[in-house]
Amino acid sequence: MKHKTFFWFFLPTALAMLLFIALPLTSVVSQSFHAPHEEVLLVSEICDPFGCATESTIDHQATEQLKKDKPLGQWVGFEIYTDRNHLAFKEVAEFWQTRSSFTGFISSLNNLQFYRAMGFTLTYVIVVTPLVILFGLIIALAVNSLHRHLKGLMVFFSLLPMIVTPLVGSLILFWMIDARGIVGSGLQEIFSDPNLSLKASTGLTWVTLIVYGVWHSAPFAFIVFYAGLQTVPKETLESAMIDGATRFQQVIHVVVPHLSPLVAFVALIQLMDNFRVFEPIVGFSASAHATSLSWIIWNDIGQEIRLFSSAATTSVLTIIGVVILLLPVLIRTWREFNPEK
Amino acid sequence: MFLRKIATVVALTTLASSAWAGCGASDGRVSIVGNEFPAIQTVGAGAMECAGGGVTVEKNLTADHQKINVPGMQGNPAEFTTAIVANSSIVALMNNDVIRPLDDLVAKHGQGLQKSQLITVDGNIMGVAFMANAQHLVFRADILDQLGIAPPTTYEEMLVAAANIRASGLMDHPVGGAYAAGWNLAEEFVNMYIGHGGEFFKPGSAEIAVNNQHGEDALHMMRALSDYMNPDYLTHDSNATSAEWKAGNVALMNMWGSRVGPLKSDEVDPTVANNTDIAGPMTVGGGSTPASTLWWDGFTVSKNISDADAEATFMAMMHAIRPEMLNDETSPLAVWLIDGYQPTDAAKGVFAAAAMGTTPYPMLPYAGLMHSAAGKELVDFMQGKETASQALADLEAAYTTAAKEKGYL
Repeated sequence: MKHKTFFWFFLPTALAMLLFIALPLTSVVSQSFHAPHEEVLLVSEICDPFGCATESTIDHQATEQLKKDKPLGQWVGFEIYTDRNHLAFKEVAEFWQTRSSFTGFISSLNNLQFYRAMGFTLTYVIVVTPLVILFGLIIALAVNSLHRHLKGLMVFFSLLPMIVTPLVGSLILFWMIDARGIVGSGLQEIFSDPNLSLKASTGLTWVTLIVYGVWHSAPFAFIVFYAGLQTVPKETLESAMIDGATRFQQVIHVVVPHLSPLVAFVALIQLMDNFRVFEPIVGFSASAHATSLSWIIWNDIGQEIRLFSSAATTSVLTIIGVVILLLPVLIRTWREFNPEK
Repeated sequence: MFLRKIATVVALTTLASSAWAGCGASDGRVSIVGNEFPAIQTVGAGAMECAGGGVTVEKNLTADHQKINVPGMQGNPAEFTTAIVANSSIVALMNNDVIRPLDDLVAKHGQGLQKSQLITVDGNIMGVAFMANAQHLVFRADILDQLGIAPPTTYEEMLVAAANIRASGLMDHPVGGAYAAGWNLAEEFVNMYIGHGGEFFKPGSAEIAVNNQHGEDALHMMRALSDYMNPDYLTHDSNATSAEWKAGNVALMNMWGSRVGPLKSDEVDPTVANNTDIAGPMTVGGGSTPASTLWWDGFTVSKNISDADAEATFMAMMHAIRPEMLNDETSPLAVWLIDGYQPTDAAKGVFAAAAMGTTPYPMLPYAGLMHSAAGKELVDFMQGKETASQALADLEAAYTTAAKEKGYL
């Protein structure tokens, strides 16, 4: 393709990327280095139906000019990154110096919202990602071995969990696992423990969220692997059969190596998605037991007083986290496609 | 009825056939954002009657109103011309300087208003209140009668009553409470802390001061109550708690006055509906101030809109809260502050709250930050993962960090 043709061909995409990816990112990064100007507080007399009281209010006139001159707020550098609600360098150092044991140090980290969220997020990523790949592969192999008349129907049903909007899917499950819901009361019956509740204990809530995560994402892995299965070379499979390989051996030695680029692709997408786990936490009202970085961002900007700088900082930290997680996979892919380097 | 239950109802009426076309205004744009409980729905519907002529009226009544009202009023012209707010949420609007003083509009069109309805800041009218609300005791008269227990007046009595009900085998989890992590849990802490005589901030400053004996006592009482609640209590907001009540699983709870009406509706099992009774808020720890807060709901008018739109908005809202809107159907929905309101039986809880000297929710620019910090930092204590003083220390530290970022400290 000529350079000029390529340029015109690519221009709309480039513009869209600039507008919807690069610009918002720049804005988020610059917001994270700024904090609102200091507010000047006034003592005012506020009267309402219950009487009058002197309360503090904000003096807008005092900072009007300042806000007009510097609408972004004041430059604070990395102050928000290191404060207690984010990386909390000072607190972590303090916990480390006063630790009685390593487990004591870890449990005191749990008091800091960033590390509390990271604890759940990383567990979720580490458990859900391999399970999604495993289940995706199993479902794909199972569907692929069905009679061709059944395949279309099964593909459709297997995709359903992914078609349901995450928030709606988690809300439906939330009501089913309620102590008075069908799954919740069923479990109480099975374990004959009337106080058993999936929502009341941190461990069980994590299990619920992880099961939901696998349920929701496995269809994605399934459909990718299913497509890949259609391209497995028949000759290799047949020669493996002639060599006396069992079905399991065929899968391990022929199918899986053939699908390995797809495994890398699914792992990449899943690591990224799972690190940003959010909807199930809201849907399951699980914030008492499990939070994630995305949930913290949502919480910061969903309150009566919104903390934009804090949310921006957590967003940047999320992006950094995703990059760190993806680095091994990215390096591997790079090597695969550039073997000579 | 189904439509009304959908969280967000956006309706646009431009038909000129309305009997009230314009409600006195010749043209203008009215756009309302507010909460979704029945009393607010009534007010929203009242304002919709004014559509017609050159006046358009839209409403967006949703539980998420506080997430959208500030952004929707910051633009110029603002998307929303009025926000229906309460004493906590008006603060966010004042903090962001998006509402206008109403002195001229009240002088021109506000003849029917009582002086107590006006929300003033240093003499400037910033809002018009139309109803009051509070959390107070809701109890099942039949259950308490059966066991010979009087309706509790203190939280300590509530614990004894709950133990009796559980021992009798009538209910396993007789206490209800909107203790969902987040806003609701923080609200219960605010109630309980005030009941113990606590002050949230050092006088005249934004410095928080809750890590004290009052705070610890408040948390320990909340923990003691939670032992009698459904084990899922940290996920139960007001809606879920109401559902537990309707299902007949709960006999005692601290609930919003504005939410009692639906508990007695025809849809509910008659045994529950007919035996649902209310009383004033409870005190705690030997204090005389009830462990509850007083709230008002009212409307404000946007700053970033034309004067004509502001006038049309004000007139439509005045129409919605005119004395004639009170009837047998609307009167029990709330404790209306409107002239001519005759208190119904459903209002006795909120009236008792006012008579007992319940503290209004603090209208401080930084109270919201304390509230959200409490919503996420107190859950560890409720689950028994840390001590009360550790939870309160975390709350103070989380608040202080956020308040510094916002420029309050």
